[in-house]
Amino acid sequence: MISYIIRRMFQAVAICLVISAMSFFMLFLNTDPALMLLPPEAEVADIAAFKQQMGLDRPVIIQYIDFLGRVVLHGDFGDSFVYKVPALQLIMEKFPATLRLALAAVLFINIVAIPVGVISAVKRGSFIDNIATFFALMGQAMPLYWLGIMLIIIFGVWLRWLPISGNESFAHLILPAITLGSWILPLNMRLVRSGMLDVLNKDYIRTARAKGLAEWRVLGKHAFKNAIIPLVTVIGMQLGLLLGGAVVTETVFAWPGMGQLVLDSIHMGDYPVVQAVVVVFAASVVLGNLAADIFVAFIDPRIRLN
Amino acid sequence: MTESTFNQNLSITTLPSDRIRFLKRLWHLRLGILGAFLISCLVIAAVFTPWLAPSDPYVQDITQRLLPPAWMQDGNSNHLLGTDHLGRDILSRIMYGTRISLVVGLSAVVLQLIIGVGLGIMAGYYRGRVDSAVSFIVNAMMSFPFILLALTLVSVLGPSLQNIIIALGLTGWPVYTRVTRIETIKLNEQEFILAAHSLAYSSWRIITRHILPNMLPTLLVLSTVEVARSIIRESLLSFLGLGIQAPIPSWGVMLAEGRDYMLMQWWLAAFPGLAIFMAALGINLLGDALRDLTDPHLRKN
Repeated sequence: MISYIIRRMFQAVAICLVISAMSFFMLFLNTDPALMLLPPEAEVADIAAFKQQMGLDRPVIIQYIDFLGRVVLHGDFGDSFVYKVPALQLIMEKFPATLRLALAAVLFINIVAIPVGVISAVKRGSFIDNIATFFALMGQAMPLYWLGIMLIIIFGVWLRWLPISGNESFAHLILPAITLGSWILPLNMRLVRSGMLDVLNKDYIRTARAKGLAEWRVLGKHAFKNAIIPLVTVIGMQLGLLLGGAVVTETVFAWPGMGQLVLDSIHMGDYPVVQAVVVVFAASVVLGNLAADIFVAFIDPRIRLN
Repeated sequence: MTESTFNQNLSITTLPSDRIRFLKRLWHLRLGILGAFLISCLVIAAVFTPWLAPSDPYVQDITQRLLPPAWMQDGNSNHLLGTDHLGRDILSRIMYGTRISLVVGLSAVVLQLIIGVGLGIMAGYYRGRVDSAVSFIVNAMMSFPFILLALTLVSVLGPSLQNIIIALGLTGWPVYTRVTRIETIKLNEQEFILAAHSLAYSSWRIITRHILPNMLPTLLVLSTVEVARSIIRESLLSFLGLGIQAPIPSWGVMLAEGRDYMLMQWWLAAFPGLAIFMAALGINLLGDALRDLTDPHLRKN
């Protein structure tokens, strides 16, 4: 178990390194930070002096190692070109809003996916099962930002039930959470459904029924607990999908989170911020996967023994 | 839905006549047929746009701006789906948009196939270090939100049709690698590949003549679905302002422009999104039907 966790942790660190390198080189090879920071009328000699002062004249690989060292040791991604404050500080200001949105979406997804998935497995071919399959099919083809816009038009403009932008109250959270969640909802619904179908065919369920247990106890106690394992493992892995979807959802709903920040930074060429967001996103996704893997290894001995 | 009707079909023990059997088969494939129909509309719209579109997608007319769809009050029958903020005909713009979506979707998938299948077969065939390296890259790519990667790439390359295709191709290949790697490993253990090995066929010959052909059905299904995904992703990048640029009528560009008018003129954003939705739905339905048809294992279940 310990060796498994250690191995997975090494992998996680390696993946973070690869991603940080990718983001660093992509941005550095393209834009010249000296030209971004200095006024356009700067002389060639000034640019050269500035580059030397900032260490921008060194080989890229040295610059990367320097960048990595500052990030790992001090959490220092450099200052934002636009706001002139540390990039990490900007992210930390925006992080809670994104987290709140993501958590609300996770809640929404699973409050819907678990009961619907269980019912469509138990009552296979029923009306609810068909409706759920239908919506899953629709959901897979629905561009998330369009869904967001349509929800705004229908519930915000026509019916006037819910606010359409901002993040002051719980009501503000409903439409963005549904938008962001709708992307993953079909996935989890299918997962619960197939997990449940799988378990219901097992011998121990037949045994439980043969013992004369009430059906709700068979389903609740014996089937559900085992059927839910695949879902639990993917929830950790869906962090990446959620964060990616948040970029889009935040744009549609003018939600002041990390997604908006990174888009604005890309548009303005504020690449210390872009890099910081990329690395923070990657680190959270890798951590989420790692946590999911370790959790599964705990509850399912077959995996850690492999 | 399909699954349940199919089970009902299986439970019929008496042999139906050929005609009934044919009708049942059609009924079973009804979603796939719907998908094929949607895609035919898409392709026809893309190919014959210049002749079919009611007006020029770029022509602006300030006197005709923000007209609602024809069936609404103040609607104009010359503009079936209304006009946008510059007085351009929305239906015509959507029809021209099909071209962009299809070109981007198909080209991106070709690029993904070349990279993804190449790496996947190499990893599955040679195993060992090649496999570890490829699997590691795939894991790194997959653990990272696609959109950030694509956004960074496009912002580095600059937004243009060609660069969108490159960005989608470079970010979308890991799925194929994952699938082809496992398929190759499985195939490599089968007798006919062992026989090919024992006849001292070259690796190239084994891969191109024996492994690749056996993966074609899987790849066909997978790439169908990926075309839909690439279309959605292109429109997403364009929507965020980092894809196709205005005034080119990409569905994502139209959605982004329509977003500014969504409070009063809903049709600006609603119809381009509907087009994306129908296209993706059609392709997904067809992909599902193809999977059912090509995978006898799934059919038996």
